[in-house]
Amino acid sequence: MSDTKNNELLLQVKGLRASVAGKQVLKGVDLEVRPGEVHAIMGPNGTGKSTLAAVLAGKLGYEVEAEVARLAGVDLLGLEPEARAHLGLFLGFQYPVELPGVNNTYLLRAAVNAKRRALGEPEIDAYDFLQTVRAKADELGFDAALLSRNVNEGFSGGERKRNEILQLAVLEPRLAVLDEVDSGLDIDALRQVAAGINRLRSADRSFVLITHYRRLLDYVAADHVHVMVDGRIAASGDMGLVDQLEERGYEWVADAQPALVE
Amino acid sequence: MTAELHPADQELTLAAPPDALDRTLDRVYEAGFVTDIESDVIPPGLDEDVVRLISRRKREPEFMLEWRLAAYRAWTQMKEPQWGNVRHPPIDYQAISYFSQPKSSGDAPKSLADVDPKLLETYEKLGIPLHERAALAGVAVDAVFDSVSVATTFRKQLADVGVIFCSMSEALQHHPDLVRKYLGTVVPVSDNFFAALNSAVFSDGSFVYVPKGVKCPMELSSYFRINTANTGQFERTLIIAEEGASVSYLEGCTAPKRDENQLHAAVVELVALDDATIKYSTVQNWYPGDANGVGGIYNFVTKRGHARGRRSRITWTQVETGAAITWKYPSCMLIGEGSVGEFYSVAVSNHHQQADTGTKMIHIGRNTRSTVISKGISAGHGRSTYRGRVKAQATAQGARNYTQCDSLLIGSECEAYTFPSIESSHPSAHFEHEASTSRVSDDQMFYCRQRGLTAEDTLNLVVNGFCKSVFQQLPMEFAVEAQNLLNVSLEGAIG
Repeated sequence: MSDTKNNELLLQVKGLRASVAGKQVLKGVDLEVRPGEVHAIMGPNGTGKSTLAAVLAGKLGYEVEAEVARLAGVDLLGLEPEARAHLGLFLGFQYPVELPGVNNTYLLRAAVNAKRRALGEPEIDAYDFLQTVRAKADELGFDAALLSRNVNEGFSGGERKRNEILQLAVLEPRLAVLDEVDSGLDIDALRQVAAGINRLRSADRSFVLITHYRRLLDYVAADHVHVMVDGRIAASGDMGLVDQLEERGYEWVADAQPALVE
Repeated sequence: MTAELHPADQELTLAAPPDALDRTLDRVYEAGFVTDIESDVIPPGLDEDVVRLISRRKREPEFMLEWRLAAYRAWTQMKEPQWGNVRHPPIDYQAISYFSQPKSSGDAPKSLADVDPKLLETYEKLGIPLHERAALAGVAVDAVFDSVSVATTFRKQLADVGVIFCSMSEALQHHPDLVRKYLGTVVPVSDNFFAALNSAVFSDGSFVYVPKGVKCPMELSSYFRINTANTGQFERTLIIAEEGASVSYLEGCTAPKRDENQLHAAVVELVALDDATIKYSTVQNWYPGDANGVGGIYNFVTKRGHARGRRSRITWTQVETGAAITWKYPSCMLIGEGSVGEFYSVAVSNHHQQADTGTKMIHIGRNTRSTVISKGISAGHGRSTYRGRVKAQATAQGARNYTQCDSLLIGSECEAYTFPSIESSHPSAHFEHEASTSRVSDDQMFYCRQRGLTAEDTLNLVVNGFCKSVFQQLPMEFAVEAQNLLNVSLEGAIG
């Protein structure tokens, strides 16, 4: 039931609504992601992009309802955040939080073992895990010194985002939702993060990239591009839509909706 | 073994699902059992005759009786201190029995083969195997049960290098001159109400003497156990490190679960001479009372070290997870030139526990240095107080102190207080004080749960991270134990 074949939907969302403190932020989002696809969700500030990411991952504090919200055929809305993670959902945070005194590798191993326990698999020991993580960091071209530091403590913006990509590589999710993974990055860091994403793309791993700007999409080609306006997907298309946005701005989508929707 | 949930626990704001509550309801105090053993307990009450009786039972030298009586007389003139940030009903000192010993223990020091199997079994259950073969590698243990020491392991190996490690009772029999020379020189009999009480009635404790130039070849440890109801435990520990000597000592403590409060009033004295090092670590897990604040140990303890020698060093490390009330301030008198004092503390108060703890660093000698790292964790209706004093006397040229004092709050009903006092009588003294108060944030909770950790695992992760700089100071063998203990003592803290 929870398996997906290539043609099946990995993520299926229909009529997703979410309110926080009585204010409706998502007003009926529809989104379908198939295995291996990369989707970009663009749009101006305050239109609900980050809320969409948070609500999919199960952040508390929102009132959420949807006609359909499934990951790999499993209804997400009744699940705890950790159960969604075990199902293969990864959220790359826009502002990864500091965990003072908590070793980065320790958190990663705790996360991997939590998932293994949930799936009835044996836990991985510290030594084997360290080898695995070092290899992953090396593949991504990241400095292994990140591993021995405390989670995000004193990290620069670029280090935090690289650390999110490293976690993604180690946790091997089916769906990675990356919330403004490009914000606060200089051009070198952006390239490195983008190269990491490209390396981690595969036929059975999908991405939803949330971003304001096209610069990330210059390095990571999206199969589908969506524009979010006022709590809804207002337009969808291919990379051509990015060019149109570049030329005409978000106002154009807002004014033209819903005629532009595919 | 199941503690009831206090209704107020349900009001905690921390982001956790309701069923996490069910999973963490069973706060298990694993040391809460009672050993069914016949004990010789004197009737409750305290007067000069009781003091004489204790001294006679222990066949103490005459000077000891006089010392105790002086302490008793001082105590009768003193009042229980009221300045602590703790609340408890009045303690009836006449309702407590001041001496209890297992009948089978007899009076002479014994070899392990003679120890009552029930006692050995008790310590096995507590995870403190006294059989040397089964013992933690390289750790010698002195086991104190109610008022008496029941066994001390590895004493021969220690004697071979000249280290004396025995109960205080034995020290008074076999090394009376050493005891007489040092006892009460760090904490005088009339130092404070609880120290005076302890001096009058103390029954046992550990004695450690490390002679000149000797590095003690193994960790020393004492394990204090209160078993009998309505008794108090008043242990007295004295550690002396001569010139160039070094020793690392660790104490652990547990008690059965009872609805009545029990009193524990200990005194610990440390003396470090030139170039000597004493590292004193405590993992305190007295019964904390239930989730409603019923029962638990009142832990009123005086601990002080004299860094008398040049370049001597005294390090206190404590992990205080148990006891209904903790009132203790392990302190250093930095007398020798260039001496160093350190205090590393984690204190937890969950449910209705109250901890008023901290340290005093008194700089007397030139170029003395001290470091204070205090981590207070409050959850439930817990109340944590840091009380610290850093003082440079007029002689303390070049004194330096660094204090870091952090509080972590879990939930919305708990309390954290900080009362630092900094006083310098020398213009060259350099004191730094940093303090912070934080919560386990909803963002931290969501971040870790998104990575697949449960709410409970996240809490443990964040709390252990918060305490890391203190745990690193513990002897390796005990760091893991301390971490596990911390996790257990915070069970039920979220939900």
